[in-house]
Amino acid sequence: MRIARININQPVAEPDAVDLQLIEPLIRKYKGKKGNLIPLLQGTQDIYGYLPRRAFEKIADETGLNLCDMFGVATFYAQFRLKPVGKHIIKVCHGTACHVQNAKEISEALEEALKIKDGETTEDRFYTLESVACLGCCSLAPVMMIGDQSYGKLTGNEATKIVKNIRISENN
Amino acid sequence: MTKTTVTVGLGSCGIAAGAGKTFDKIRAMKETEKLDFELKKTSCIGMCYCEPLVEIRDETGDYLYGDVTEERAIEIIEKHINQKDPIRDYIVYTDLFDAPENEFINSQVKIVLRNCGYMDPESIEEYEAREGYQAILKIGLQKIAREEVIRTVLDSGIRGRGGGGFPTGLKWKYANANKSAEKYVICNADEGDPGAFMDRSVLEGDPHSVLEGMIIAAYAIEANQGVIYCRAEYPLAIKRLNIALKQAREKGYLGKDIAGISGFDFDIYIKEGAGAFVCGEETALIASVEGERGMPRRRPPFPAVSGLWKKPTNINNVETFANIPWIILNGAGAFAAYGTEKSKGTKVFALAGKVKHSGLVEVPMGMTIRDVIFKLGGGIKKNKRFKAVQMGGPSGGCIPEYLADTIVDYDSVNATGAIMGSGGMVVMDESTCMVDVAKFFLDFTRKESCGKCTFCRMGTMRMLEILDRITNGKGMEGDLDKLELLAYQIKDNSLCGLGQTAPNPVLTTIKYFRDEYEAHIFHHKCPAKVCRPLLTYTVDPEKCTGCLVCLKNCPVKAITGERKKTHFIDQAICTKCGVCFSKCKFESIVLS
Repeated sequence: MRIARININQPVAEPDAVDLQLIEPLIRKYKGKKGNLIPLLQGTQDIYGYLPRRAFEKIADETGLNLCDMFGVATFYAQFRLKPVGKHIIKVCHGTACHVQNAKEISEALEEALKIKDGETTEDRFYTLESVACLGCCSLAPVMMIGDQSYGKLTGNEATKIVKNIRISENN
Repeated sequence: MTKTTVTVGLGSCGIAAGAGKTFDKIRAMKETEKLDFELKKTSCIGMCYCEPLVEIRDETGDYLYGDVTEERAIEIIEKHINQKDPIRDYIVYTDLFDAPENEFINSQVKIVLRNCGYMDPESIEEYEAREGYQAILKIGLQKIAREEVIRTVLDSGIRGRGGGGFPTGLKWKYANANKSAEKYVICNADEGDPGAFMDRSVLEGDPHSVLEGMIIAAYAIEANQGVIYCRAEYPLAIKRLNIALKQAREKGYLGKDIAGISGFDFDIYIKEGAGAFVCGEETALIASVEGERGMPRRRPPFPAVSGLWKKPTNINNVETFANIPWIILNGAGAFAAYGTEKSKGTKVFALAGKVKHSGLVEVPMGMTIRDVIFKLGGGIKKNKRFKAVQMGGPSGGCIPEYLADTIVDYDSVNATGAIMGSGGMVVMDESTCMVDVAKFFLDFTRKESCGKCTFCRMGTMRMLEILDRITNGKGMEGDLDKLELLAYQIKDNSLCGLGQTAPNPVLTTIKYFRDEYEAHIFHHKCPAKVCRPLLTYTVDPEKCTGCLVCLKNCPVKAITGERKKTHFIDQAICTKCGVCFSKCKFESIVLS
């Protein structure tokens, strides 16, 4: 269970201002269909990068789904994010093969370079750093994935370099 | 004259190794120099340790080049294509002469992986040219009855390749026996075992074989709707599946009256997973498709009786489905000719960890673990000592070196305390701490526990706390007994496979590596030098150059020293964080 992500001591943030019209086609597509909750949430996250509180409320209003069921599902699955994320999400693999090939070093090097901890986003909202279970590229351990691109056979230094280069190339 | 073809391996592993750049470079060369060959794409052939791979086929034969970086690609095109002079040193496999990796490919029997790496996965025509869809067409043409199809699958002896090992033919028989207007076929593509990537390779490399397997299953049990539950962490697999589905519909393999069988209508949609390991369990998977939290349900009733939307459902793993068309075309006897008495056929293993040849291998059941690791796997990296192999993912266990002659089949592996599982084999050497491995797996299963059963939810947490103490040097007398007691209680009182097997890594490591646990608990030592709180960091005066790097980076200022003079670590202040070890460029920080 994703207990770590539900922090009772954090004050409830003001709901983000988001353009709710963006999810209307999605709601129309799945309204009334069986088993639509997860695809609805996945589609919403594809649009906003995370699940804004207001989006939950809109979907609940228009499809008749229960808000508590929706939260129950959103907090159960690791894929769903309830807070905004950075432009790029760095997923460092901590599967068995990567663990045995020192994946810890990669996470630590990135934490130091980006000055954030695992699960956090950089202040400029450019990067979010995550540990994931297994990306399936085990022969190239240790591995990290940024967007759809995988990088294998990493060392802490190489991972840091890749991350810096992406930022440099996007700033140009 | 056959046209020369240059094929680049573009599976996820290949791309992660840089194959995308290699492909672009070759394409650029072809265009600027107007070279005459066909440039094609394929997916993973299983030789992940040599990626990027490029195959050149010309009138003299077939050549597979390995480790093809952009620079090597330029060289190879220059010499092999332009000067017709193959570069022997770079060739890893060919049947024209003895290449270094010939044994890796030739020792395998490829049934599931028959097309992976040999065709463009985005081309249905290439699949059809390799006997694709011939199995379902044969069933239609020869009017083979449903019961006959089920009998063939039963006689082949194939057992569920996802880890359960349940006879597939029996599953189909039960699903067929329960009559209903609405029935479902589900493909479990939620490969969540860390260290396993067999299903990913099949989905990326030969998606049509899975579709065909599902179509045959749907015919056998009279289902009209299929679902592929694929984890979202496999974007390339999902993309290729979508392309394959579109192509299959266009050619009439999905839709109405398939293969000319009147009334046989079937279509498939993809449901993306959302990141929950427990959804690999069939009832949790069904709950997830129904839009709920992936929490397992009580069985009976089994899915064959009451599954998706409470209708009869047949769920099989990707690898199981990929075997089906081959079995139908070649017959049950051909499949049963491979393997052992109770475990027929072949199995795909994902070799990873400290093995030289990490990648995918498909071998007949009955090979010994030693042969798989040393003959096919090439042995241990840097020729270190083989310590253990972890089989079966977080549900499995660690098999020690002295049991390496165990044969690989469902029952023999179960007898060791591990399970064959989905086929992940993570090889470990003397630098792996078995207590740390047990803790790693337990941490994983605790996080992934759905929380429904008290023993699984709380028991794994308690076991993890004990392991945490042990790896931090605070182990106590009685810890091992407590771990074992908790383990058996969790196994007995959990509803689903996750809870029932979560304690396995701990139980097998205690059974086979008790001495390591005792070293941690009673002597506060980690023999493999992994558990940092149990290590002492000292500076080797012979190697230290006095560069001040470790001193500057120490977060608690435990290091003293001057430029060009040996540095010194004060053990009283040192928190054993390991930063100095990772920063030192001269390997002068010693762990003991």
